[in-house]
Amino acid sequence: MTTDSPTSPDTTPLLEFTKQDKGGYCAKLSGNWNLRSIAGAADVQKQLSRIATEEGVYWDMYTVGVLDNAVALMLWLAWGERFPSALQLKPEHRQLFERWQSQQMPAGKPAITLSAMLANGFNQLMARSFGSMRATVVILGQLALDALYLLAHPREVPWSEISSAIYDAGVRALGITALVGFLIGIVLSYLSALQLKMFGAEIYIINILGLSIIRELGPLLAAILVAGRSGSAMTAQIGIMRVTEELDALSAMGISHSMRLTLPKVAALTVAMPLLSVWTSFMALMGGVLSAQNTLDINYQQFFIKLPDVVPLANVFIGLGKSAVFGLVIALIACYFGFRIKPNTESLGNETTNSVVVAITTVIMIDAVFAILFMKVGMP
Amino acid sequence: MSGSCVIRLEHVWTRFGSKLIHKDINLCLAQGEILGLVGASGCGKTTLLREMIGLLAPSQGEVFVMGQSLQHATASHGQQLRSNCGVLFQKGALFSALNVFENIAFPLRELGFNDDSLVRRLVFMKLGSVGLNAKDAWLNPADLSGGMIKRVALARALVLEPSLLLLDEPTAGLDPIASQDFVNLLSGLHQELHFTVVMVTHDLDILRDLCTLVAVLADKQLVAYGSLASVIANQHPFVKQFFHNKRAERVFQYRGAIHGQG
Repeated sequence: MTTDSPTSPDTTPLLEFTKQDKGGYCAKLSGNWNLRSIAGAADVQKQLSRIATEEGVYWDMYTVGVLDNAVALMLWLAWGERFPSALQLKPEHRQLFERWQSQQMPAGKPAITLSAMLANGFNQLMARSFGSMRATVVILGQLALDALYLLAHPREVPWSEISSAIYDAGVRALGITALVGFLIGIVLSYLSALQLKMFGAEIYIINILGLSIIRELGPLLAAILVAGRSGSAMTAQIGIMRVTEELDALSAMGISHSMRLTLPKVAALTVAMPLLSVWTSFMALMGGVLSAQNTLDINYQQFFIKLPDVVPLANVFIGLGKSAVFGLVIALIACYFGFRIKPNTESLGNETTNSVVVAITTVIMIDAVFAILFMKVGMP
Repeated sequence: MSGSCVIRLEHVWTRFGSKLIHKDINLCLAQGEILGLVGASGCGKTTLLREMIGLLAPSQGEVFVMGQSLQHATASHGQQLRSNCGVLFQKGALFSALNVFENIAFPLRELGFNDDSLVRRLVFMKLGSVGLNAKDAWLNPADLSGGMIKRVALARALVLEPSLLLLDEPTAGLDPIASQDFVNLLSGLHQELHFTVVMVTHDLDILRDLCTLVAVLADKQLVAYGSLASVIANQHPFVKQFFHNKRAERVFQYRGAIHGQG
């Protein structure tokens, strides 16, 4: 029932509140009263709600141009859901109020009791836990079956997918891992140098940097960066495939999600992570050497000649082994959360966040387990 | 003529890089009209619709909504002009994080109406007017069928009672019954609210049953514009191909007459 003029959009609603000659007050409404015009007239809204509560006011709405359903409802609510005793308005506008007069309000959102909410929460928690366990077993089992199948049928290994994933997760991460590794190397070397100088033990900077970077920091830094960068991308990619029904299309063609999506990603990260770890460690050592040269006068030659003596080779293998496990776990977690995504934007955001958080936490937990297991291995 | 246009396109040219999409499009739509915009897939119908909403700016020419230029409007004024437009996107574009109630209430709250009683009653009124039940208000978009998504999206588009409604293929993906229900619903709402409609469609039933005007986009321009009868009489090759095929003839003969003559 809107009677808007096409070329005159929302003219201001006017409300005049005057005292009448014969006593009492008159509220005269004019202009256009629709949602858009009244939204910009907060003072009119306030004045309206104040006047509406007063008794014996004569409401003159005959000069109102546009009145829409929403503003009719605002007036109706302000009047206490009844017509004022003295009211003049156009017949077409009266129909709008009559609509609200006859509207039956439906019941609100069904109320939930505390006990029902707790029971529901517990059930959901159990269902989620069971579902997660089941999904983990399914993804691992399927991966193992696929790997066995590919051992028997090596021609069917999805080389192009694996190569593409290695490029995305490995080659394209070289820049960021180099930068972060280099800077961490500088920081570590600089802070250690300050302490070592106090004891005249400057030469031990090689032991500290070599052992901590090759065995711990290099693999861990690379894994955390890859979990944040490539893990999230993998989860989001699978999630978008769910939203755009590409996963259904693969299933309809009889193509295994595990074989085409999970396995190449897991294989690629298991291969790429150790390489990235070596790269990150190298860059961190370079940063460390640069800093050591400036603060402790230990040059490159000295550093790299002494390094193999103070850092046994076992540390390199521990670092590489850890990195391979990190890569495998990050890819598995990314795929697991990717397949959990439901076709809506909220789920996509939540599961991608979960993927990154769980991957980084798991990587740190695995690192701790490695530290305990190999406590006595590789020490000079 | 131009003074009474709810939406007016003046010499609109659109280019995506070196690719020309629209060539000198002029259009003036009076209040209360229902325009069906038809054309081949990929000819730029949705692009033209997006230019009418202000989501895209034409490379050349101007778009006027309620007599005011979208290109020259300030950000806040442009926002105000857009609040005169309700838009129904092809896939509904409901916010998946919000339930049906919150989706419909969203434009109201954005406009500053936070009175729960007011919002609740308006939302349930709109829900009823698009033929949905009150209990549907608490469903999430993921739980809705295609037809319900369109209805909820229509309720959201209409909640501010806009003067101009823009629909992008409103019956795409609906079965014939749901499609006919949607046409009836839109027709009823149009009679009640008197809004102006621009819709991109391939649906001949809609052109026949609902549209008061038809525009045909081909060869990058509007090659035919007017009542359905006058458009059908147009001799442009695309128009002939579109309206003079067996399927179209069956649709138009089904009721024995074309729109406006029977």
